[in-house]
Amino acid sequence: MTQPPDQTAPSRLALAHVSKSFPGVKANQDISLSVRPGEIHALLGENGAGKSTLVKIIYGVQRADEGGISFDGRPVEIASPKAARKLGIGMVFQHFSLFDGMTVLENIALGLDETVPAEELKARIRAILDSYSLPLDPDREVHTLSVGERQRIEIVRCLLQKPKLLIMDEPTSVLTPQEVERLFETLRQIAREGCSILYISHKLHEIKALCEAATILRGGKVVATCDPRIETTRRMAELMIGAELKHLQRPSGGGKAGAARLSVDKLDMPGEPPFGTSLKGVSFSAQAGEILGIAGVAGNGQAELLMALSGEHLAGQPDAIRLDGRPIGLANAGARRAAGLACVPEERNGHAAVPEFTLAENVVLTARHRLPLAPSGLIRQGPVEAYAKDVIARFDVRITGPGALAGSLSGGNLQKFIMGREIGQKPDVLVVAQPTWGVDAGAAAAIRQALVDLAAQGSAIVVISQDLDELLELSDRLCVINEGRLSQARPVAGLKLEEIGLMMGGVHGESHVAEPAHV
Amino acid sequence: MFEWRRRREPSKAMLYLSPLIAIGLTMLTGMLVFGAIGYDGLRAVTAIFVTPLIEPQRWADLGVKAAPLIMIALGLAIGFRANVWNIGAEGQYVMGAIAGTGVALLTHDMTGWWILPAMALAGIAGGAAWAALPALLKVRLQVSEILTSLMLTYVAVQFLYYLVRGPWKDPDGFNFPQTKMFSTSQTLPAVAEGSLVHVGVPLAVVLALVAWFVLSKTVAGYAVRVVGRAPAAARHGGFDANRVTWSVLLAGGGLAGLAGLLEAAGPFGQLTPQFPVGYGFTAIIVAFLGRLSPVGIVFAALVLAVTYVGGEIAQSTVRLPSAATGMFQALLLFFLLATDVLVRWRLAFRARPA
Ligand SMILES: Nc1ncnc2c1ncn2[C@@H]1O[C@H](COP(=O)(O)OP(=O)(O)OP(=O)(O)O)[C@@H](O)[C@H]1O
Ligand SMILES: [Mg+2]
Repeated sequence: MTQPPDQTAPSRLALAHVSKSFPGVKANQDISLSVRPGEIHALLGENGAGKSTLVKIIYGVQRADEGGISFDGRPVEIASPKAARKLGIGMVFQHFSLFDGMTVLENIALGLDETVPAEELKARIRAILDSYSLPLDPDREVHTLSVGERQRIEIVRCLLQKPKLLIMDEPTSVLTPQEVERLFETLRQIAREGCSILYISHKLHEIKALCEAATILRGGKVVATCDPRIETTRRMAELMIGAELKHLQRPSGGGKAGAARLSVDKLDMPGEPPFGTSLKGVSFSAQAGEILGIAGVAGNGQAELLMALSGEHLAGQPDAIRLDGRPIGLANAGARRAAGLACVPEERNGHAAVPEFTLAENVVLTARHRLPLAPSGLIRQGPVEAYAKDVIARFDVRITGPGALAGSLSGGNLQKFIMGREIGQKPDVLVVAQPTWGVDAGAAAAIRQALVDLAAQGSAIVVISQDLDELLELSDRLCVINEGRLSQARPVAGLKLEEIGLMMGGVHGESHVAEPAHV
Repeated sequence: MFEWRRRREPSKAMLYLSPLIAIGLTMLTGMLVFGAIGYDGLRAVTAIFVTPLIEPQRWADLGVKAAPLIMIALGLAIGFRANVWNIGAEGQYVMGAIAGTGVALLTHDMTGWWILPAMALAGIAGGAAWAALPALLKVRLQVSEILTSLMLTYVAVQFLYYLVRGPWKDPDGFNFPQTKMFSTSQTLPAVAEGSLVHVGVPLAVVLALVAWFVLSKTVAGYAVRVVGRAPAAARHGGFDANRVTWSVLLAGGGLAGLAGLLEAAGPFGQLTPQFPVGYGFTAIIVAFLGRLSPVGIVFAALVLAVTYVGGEIAQSTVRLPSAATGMFQALLLFFLLATDVLVRWRLAFRARPA
């Protein structure tokens, strides 16, 4: 799969026969690829295909077992992220490593390898912000920033080192459409100046809009390369999964609203100090058979709403939250699950699952109330393992073995497992945040289908997401959460993507008026 | 040039090897230190670490010393697993002994099979009550249990001194600060006729098995593990961290209290000011040496029992000071914590930076 040697300039990055194994799985096998200077190169593949592993090798976080890397034509040895930065490689991780209580400037200074006097650093940051016209105030504290602004800090941090290669692992999963568009403009400018970009995303229409070359991985191997500008998203998805993509099957005669299963009435809840958002008079109801979407920019109370519904934070009054008419505002998380209300929080590691536990142990965490896994307090190993196996099979979770620790799964695979664990319990009401966050196209379709099927059986489903495409595809009705307040729900039929995007972006100073969208 | 590299995942091999490395380093350092100050270092270390193992007549003593260490360390380990840092087991141990002795003094003229069980229950209750104070302060006022449990130890010890010198002093004891000797109905039977090993020793092993079972097979044990590992996930799963704090502190206090009572009704046969020998602190070393696992704790307690018995041997044969035992135990903890680094990091050789 080696590319023909480039006549004009050496490749910025060339991988030759890179392999990397973890116990029981070959995460990367014989991978060769090359990226030209200034090229925006996509890395595509299903969950667990080995994308993150590959870029971690390039950034020196992990070490290849075999194969070589050359940078600007010279063979290099990348032993650590520091060595990578020295070569001119920058990386923006999906999870930002920022300190909430510090300013943008302080955060950037902390991440630099050399110490730069504050004034000089500020001048250099200003210069970068100006030349890329990035809106960001170096003196703002991080907790006051949106996710998109936080990401800009990481990008500025990389740009300060004058990188020749920028790696981005799923950078857009938490951005609004407007923020995505702004990010793309920045990335295009960075690329025009000669910096190459290695870009990982599951959102294929973004790949089409941004990237000029793509390498597709499956099972740790390169299965195809293509030019995303001329390929359809559908074709790319099929190359990734090696099979045909299924369409979402809606039940016929859907949309008939049944009785309200979950009703929330003027729910107030103070945000956790110092950075939480308070919920203010949130009211909505979700009916049997429907999927209610809640859109909004991250940090506007989604996390708090989910914790209030799950019972991790208790509402003051019992009847602020009702399940099938019964007041459950004072019931804790376990009691709510037993009563039929299940929730899936956005954060998988350490919240929805315990990374150091096996998948079977993680079943016990949330499935023991509704399934007979531990009657009388004794964990029944047989049924627990059987349920874990069932979820793994039904949701096609790719794992190394039955004893796999949750933390060793790729991001998307853990998400599939968690979604499967909850859906498999057939809850009466399911509240999920970012159901397909980091999940590949094939698996995302499967999860959405499972949600639609669950609703068709009479459950009520609430989806909290920032992915508007997903909300529009899934939901029957949609509302927007904004600074802890929830809008009226509106039927999705007839709503425009741009309209909602502007409603969501409105929090950060952009106009509420639905001006002709030039996004 | 050497450098530390972070391991992708904690090394299983090192998890079990590092206690052994720590034991080896302790022996080596002890040998050098005592050699340097004029003792026969090799003989001292042999007397402490080898003699107790190869002389069968010492084995009973090993078991008797290991038993309270096992019980206390089990309780501590359960707490540590849940991120509850009770380091005042010594106080709970003393309070357990005091409560059990209270029952013994009340029943001194009676006979019956029920007396020992009643003393044991009182011991458990006494230890648990002493641990309830840090629990209450932590749950209600977020006061660190590390400080409260430790400080309460000194209160318990002073209370013991007061009792044996005042109200509980044996009137026929020639004014020695000690209680009456327990009667036969109040003294632990031996496992076999003429043996020094009392029933507390097999009981400690049984308790270790029970602790293993509870931790790995029950929802209660799961709660302990999940609250310690991932508090947010625990809350999401419907576990109540405060309840876990309460239960692990009560269980830990109860186990320490039981160990205290068994020690009073076994080897001591009464309460004296010499009763607090520091098992409650040594058990912290045992818990970590045993990797917080009940089965590991049984072996770790044996290692520490070896240092106690060996320390006594070294006093008579090599004339080592009695403080040497404590020094070896402290060295062991020190090296154990130091070698723990190997579980998550490895030492790598790097030719030259590029
Ligand atoms: N630290 C690790 N220990 C063991 N196995 C691992 C580890 N990291 C990754 N793996 C395994 O390597 C494979 C590739 O994982 P990787 O994270 O690279 O996938 P990915 O393509 O980024 O997937 P996703 O789209 O879900 O993020 C998976 O099977 C995963 O379980
Ligand atoms: Mg990944």
